[in-house]
Amino acid sequence: MVDSNSSRVSFTLDSSLDSVNKIELTAEQVAQRAGFDEDTIPHIAMAVREAAVNAVLHGNSYDTNKHIVASFETTSDSLIIRIADQGPGLDPDKVPDPLAPENILRGSGRGIFLIKAFMDEVNFRQLHPGTELTLIKHRTPAQPGT
Amino acid sequence: MSMKVQTRQVDGVTILDLSGRITLGEGSVTIRDSVRDVLAKGSNRILLNLGDISYIDSSGIGELVSAFTTVKNSGGELKLLNLTKKVHDLLQITKLYTVFDVKDDEATAISSFTK
Repeated sequence: MVDSNSSRVSFTLDSSLDSVNKIELTAEQVAQRAGFDEDTIPHIAMAVREAAVNAVLHGNSYDTNKHIVASFETTSDSLIIRIADQGPGLDPDKVPDPLAPENILRGSGRGIFLIKAFMDEVNFRQLHPGTELTLIKHRTPAQPGT
Repeated sequence: MSMKVQTRQVDGVTILDLSGRITLGEGSVTIRDSVRDVLAKGSNRILLNLGDISYIDSSGIGELVSAFTTVKNSGGELKLLNLTKKVHDLLQITKLYTVFDVKDDEATAISSFTK
């Protein structure tokens, strides 16, 4: 059965800040089409931007020979965004807690925390090489399908 | 839109009026360079006016923290003025709101700096 509320789009992009901006903009547009409210859309866009920055900066280290893949899938009950890099891999358990007193004044290390704060589910998958982050935001019944 | 900075002096305090986005590769470097310039000129009482900042990401937050510690380590003070709701909420979520001295009124902010 074809679900008329479902759609999926995928991009393969260079490891650049232009790619980050494109992914962020796409996230904003997809979230808008999926019917999320005006408070939630910027949160989704920010979480996706942080994931894209991680992929480009910490994953691929701006390597022009490596790419990132971003996909956006809208289902009847969720918006699912996947961002994959070709880097050395990321162990989320080894990321320091940015709220810990010894880390609170660090100049970096808040990206994954913000992704988790703004999304309903965040999953990490090791690609050998690379990491794929899956970000999920659930749609509420009030949100119309597209 | 990238970030813009305008600098002015009020009663010995250097105010940086920031506008635009503070993100990786855009505003982050601009803030770092601006604060460094102010310190190099011998002023270490700095007020960052964020009233026209439309967006900030984790890199931008990190840059604010770095600016805060840099100025503090130089014996000075760095305070924040006119947070938008978005920036306010982000500082709350990241538990940084109480780390910074945040002001809503410029005159009050100016008078709060150590004389």
